[in-house]
Amino acid sequence: MNYINIIKNGIIKENPTFVLMLGMCPTLATTTSASNGMAMGLATMAVLICTNFVISCMKSITPDKVRIPVFIVVIAAFVTILQMAIKAYLPDIDAALGLFIPLIVVNCVILGRAEAFAAKQSPLASLFDGIGIGLGFTLGLTLLGIFREILGSGSVFGFTLLPETYNILLFVLPPGAFITLGFLIAIVNKLQRNS
Amino acid sequence: MEYILIFISAIFVNNIVLAQFLGICPFLGVSKKIDTSLGMSAAVAFVMTLATIVTWLVQTYVLNPFGLGYLQTIAFILVIASLVQMVEIVLKKVSPALYQALGIFLPLITTNCAVLGVAILVIQKDFNLLQSVVYAFSTAIGFGLALTVFAGMREQLELVKIPKGMQGMAIVLVSAGLLSLAFMGFSGVDGGLKVLFGLD
Repeated sequence: MNYINIIKNGIIKENPTFVLMLGMCPTLATTTSASNGMAMGLATMAVLICTNFVISCMKSITPDKVRIPVFIVVIAAFVTILQMAIKAYLPDIDAALGLFIPLIVVNCVILGRAEAFAAKQSPLASLFDGIGIGLGFTLGLTLLGIFREILGSGSVFGFTLLPETYNILLFVLPPGAFITLGFLIAIVNKLQRNS
Repeated sequence: MEYILIFISAIFVNNIVLAQFLGICPFLGVSKKIDTSLGMSAAVAFVMTLATIVTWLVQTYVLNPFGLGYLQTIAFILVIASLVQMVEIVLKKVSPALYQALGIFLPLITTNCAVLGVAILVIQKDFNLLQSVVYAFSTAIGFGLALTVFAGMREQLELVKIPKGMQGMAIVLVSAGLLSLAFMGFSGVDGGLKVLFGLD
């Protein structure tokens, strides 16, 4: 498999948000606006690329029986690094994402890719898989964020498009997250069936 | 009074699944039947309360005195993972019947972000040990309530004809949205209770 195909696979065929439906907690919780969704996606992607690469490098020295705890420690280490970096350099994002940065540890996308891809493939392929799946996740979160922000606050990435009277508060609130994602998945299903 | 407030607010007002989006994976995954969702809720209640006690003690007596706060994420996830393993082994030995009932759900709980989420939340909220226990237990009840009610909805959903595009996860998510909307009716109740109990 060449590297471009691996990236394409992560964005389209195995899109974590719309196809695999992994990592639903941050997907629903942090997409109140397009920029928050994108920040969460990029943070997850950064961790995923590092963990995929390191886990793949370590696969020959990791005993099979304790591989899951080993994966979790590697993931937790990178999440802690990211958490400290974000707190130091991007305090706004830290305030917006809050609890969901340490919770990247239990994001099933990351452990899922470690188990399904990085534990079997070469480090370089795993690196590209991290980029592909990470981009797919970022795309999913950003898309959901864009829809919720347009419907709920009438803007995209902070630029106002609609006057305040057209805002539907529901879409920024928790129920809006479930409903918007439900309809986006219905659209993706429809597109998949047609193609 | 304070504990009643924590109890009600964690179950209805700030429901862990429907308002805080923690533990969505089991909420969507194990909510096809009411029986299994009750089993899952019981397992989560057990592990969440126990895990919160242990992580609170770890934070207060190990991480804080030695200035190791930055190790919180790693320490907590290791504590939770090993705790789940231990609970599984102990249950198998002590109460095979309970193990039969909860067994299959236990490994799933390690990756339930609600458990780690609550452990971190009680530290962020500066709760004492008793408050933390009450909060963890009521959060787990809230999780169980949401899961069981949703399982009931999904059992009904099986009997309905659904448009092709909406079949599968799409209709499940939209129904979850409606349930979450219903729970929004409780917002403000905690503020009212605060005034009623004179805690403001």
